[in-house]
Amino acid sequence: MRRGLTPFLWTLFSAGGTVAALLFPVHLFLTGLAFPLGWVQAPSYDSLLALVRHPLVRLYFFVLISLPLFHGAHRFRYTLYDGLKIKHLTLLIVTVCYGAAVIGTIVAAVTLWNIP
Amino acid sequence: MANPNYTLYHPKWYRQVVSVWWWLESWRFAKFVLRELTSLFVALFAVVCLWQLRALVHGPAGYAQFLERLRSPTFLVLNALTFAAVLFHALTWFHLAPKAMTVRIGGRRVPDSMIVALNYAAWLVASGAVAWVLLRG
Repeated sequence: MRRGLTPFLWTLFSAGGTVAALLFPVHLFLTGLAFPLGWVQAPSYDSLLALVRHPLVRLYFFVLISLPLFHGAHRFRYTLYDGLKIKHLTLLIVTVCYGAAVIGTIVAAVTLWNIP
Repeated sequence: MANPNYTLYHPKWYRQVVSVWWWLESWRFAKFVLRELTSLFVALFAVVCLWQLRALVHGPAGYAQFLERLRSPTFLVLNALTFAAVLFHALTWFHLAPKAMTVRIGGRRVPDSMIVALNYAAWLVASGAVAWVLLRG
């Protein structure tokens, strides 16, 4: 791991952690619990599509997905180091953790770009 | 001396062996590891958001299938667990904020409780705004 990248990764970690802390609970409560359990009516396909078509909303969803992925990757990397004491596997752990976040970011960008 | 590599105090001999289960020794350590493990749930929900967008790209049938899948007991249990983890992340994150960064205004340090309160306020406003936009349609 190049040392020059570390401050950047910590910045992504803390930006993603803030995004996840501020926005994930409400999204998860609505999408994961309130809509499926019928407490609140889920937005219709048309209204959600109309919403996501807006460039600012696309940017919002990109940030909402990408930054928390990097936050999770970074934190889980250190959890593996401390929890399982496997710091010697650094290269493998770093590749898997950040690789997953990079793939998720690319898929999110392509998906948001292709929304009809 | 028979062995030329012999050294009296080799550092290796003084290494303390720590168990992989060191964090079960006290509640404080366990809480730390639980907090760090919320990272998996945060990533999981980011993937669910991505899944929702991909369902939207696949048209009304894809979106209906997404909503149907979330109604399955597996996803309800998983989402309830994820919600608890994300909430734990949010609360610990807000309370760590003043420790991670000290804010000074006019040379005086802003009290920790003020920063925590501001985080809670931002959380409330952001949640209200998201709920309003999503439920309006």
